[in-house]
Amino acid sequence: MIPALTIENLTKQYAGGFQALKGISLEVQHGDFFALLGPNGAGKSTTIGVICSLVSKTAGKVAVYGTDIDEDFAGAKKNIGIVPQEFNFNMFEQPFDIVVNQAGYYGMPKALASQRAEQYLRELGLWEKRHVPSRMLSGGMKRRLMIARALVHNPRLLILDEPTAGVDIEMRRSMWDFLQKLNREGTTIILTTHYLEEAEALCRNIAIINHGEIVENSSMRDLLRRLHREVFIFDAVDELPEVVAIQDFGVRRIDERTLEVEVEKGQHINEVFAALSQYGIRISSMRNRANRLEEMFVRLVEGAK
Amino acid sequence: MSFQEQWVALVTILRKEVKRYLRIWTQTLLPSAITMSLYFVIFGSLIGSRIGDMGGFTYMQFVVPGLIMMAIVTNSYSNVVSSFFGSKFNHSVEELLVSPTPNYIILLGYVIGGVSRGLLVAVIVTLVSLFFTDLHIHSFTVVVVIVLMTSILFALAGFINAVYANNFDDISIIPTFVLTPLIYLGGVFYSMDLLPDFWAAVSKLNPLVYVVNAFRYGVLGVSDVSLAVAFGMIAVFTVVAWCYSMHLLNTGKRLRQ
Repeated sequence: MIPALTIENLTKQYAGGFQALKGISLEVQHGDFFALLGPNGAGKSTTIGVICSLVSKTAGKVAVYGTDIDEDFAGAKKNIGIVPQEFNFNMFEQPFDIVVNQAGYYGMPKALASQRAEQYLRELGLWEKRHVPSRMLSGGMKRRLMIARALVHNPRLLILDEPTAGVDIEMRRSMWDFLQKLNREGTTIILTTHYLEEAEALCRNIAIINHGEIVENSSMRDLLRRLHREVFIFDAVDELPEVVAIQDFGVRRIDERTLEVEVEKGQHINEVFAALSQYGIRISSMRNRANRLEEMFVRLVEGAK
Repeated sequence: MSFQEQWVALVTILRKEVKRYLRIWTQTLLPSAITMSLYFVIFGSLIGSRIGDMGGFTYMQFVVPGLIMMAIVTNSYSNVVSSFFGSKFNHSVEELLVSPTPNYIILLGYVIGGVSRGLLVAVIVTLVSLFFTDLHIHSFTVVVVIVLMTSILFALAGFINAVYANNFDDISIIPTFVLTPLIYLGGVFYSMDLLPDFWAAVSKLNPLVYVVNAFRYGVLGVSDVSLAVAFGMIAVFTVVAWCYSMHLLNTGKRLRQ
């Protein structure tokens, strides 16, 4: 199967001499839900910019479904749908026109474009707002409008740059559902996000980019498996004793009803519960102290410094 | 993209452009009608009646072709410069840049959009002028060709200005400090015969002289410059402006990082 995206030794050096990409290589398979993560200024948006022709590369190769962008950029572009980080539509135009016009730029006849625009505006809950000037839409609606616009020509590869930034939790969840459905239907998705729980929930494979270099490229499962330690927070029903010690586990009393317990790889959380029962401590709830991916991300990024 | 797909993309850009200037018609169409009416009243009726004939025509008949051409030039130019810079400013130009639409279709779409506004305003101004004077077309072919060539040239100039502009001030600098003086010194209000030899020769470096005179020939049948030279000059300027605009698009200068 031809990969959805192949990047080989991609380099980008800006006029001032700043090297945003230092020869990165990446492959995204067809049907994947791929996370491209990295801190601000790491090179994520530059990479995406090169793929969709908003940034000129200095060196390297990029191919979308086997079509090299240097040989047939128009052919490659037909396969790409892009949802950028910033709102990049005319705020005075109406959502319906924005989506139909975008289809027109891909050569789609108006009747079919209108049909597709209706389909995606309905699916993304914007149909009622189709004739409202887009500046009147909420932030979440504007983000969904950009998704509808990116999908109108039925791209095989959808690239989303921070699609849920500034979107409320309920809306984010519904966007997740929509993107998962899209991915199940065969669209390859590349996602950049600062919400690491989002990447963990949605993506199967992941690349972490830092200072213009790929510092990690693996499956999400493998990456998380390499995490050796997790920290759990236990909320007690009653007041905790002054000292709580559990053999082989790092335990810290946060306050009179909260305990923090470190669980190393290979240890079992049942042992913690057993020990807490011996103390007569009853637990009402338990949660991870931090998102697991976030912890791994910080380690990788810190490690690269 | 196939020819059919390119045609759809072109029509889409054009439809968007026309919709844009019709939506804000009070800013795009109405001002020219009002300004030109004032020119007709002040220069044509009030002052013109004291000036007398020029080139064998009443002063009002003499200035009308120049004023129509002035409206075409400014509207073709300002439509493209404001629309393309606006799309650069709000980043909506990226909608086009990420699509497979070829660069020449993008340029053609914006240019035809500018030409269409230039022509629409020309029709409005011509209709307004009929309240003040009678117009008899000397050569319909010359009128049509010169109007099209001129509006294409100035739409291209507007495009180049838009690409280089960094802020809204930059899109008014050229119209204010270059285009307007060239128009006023381009023989809209006077015949070159009235100028001393030296200034008449200097005036011939002004491309607007050829545009205004060629159009005046089409309407009145009189011109201060050779029609062939006028067409040649406009054609050369247009080809150069087209090639340079394509170069800007192909290299992505000020459009891509």
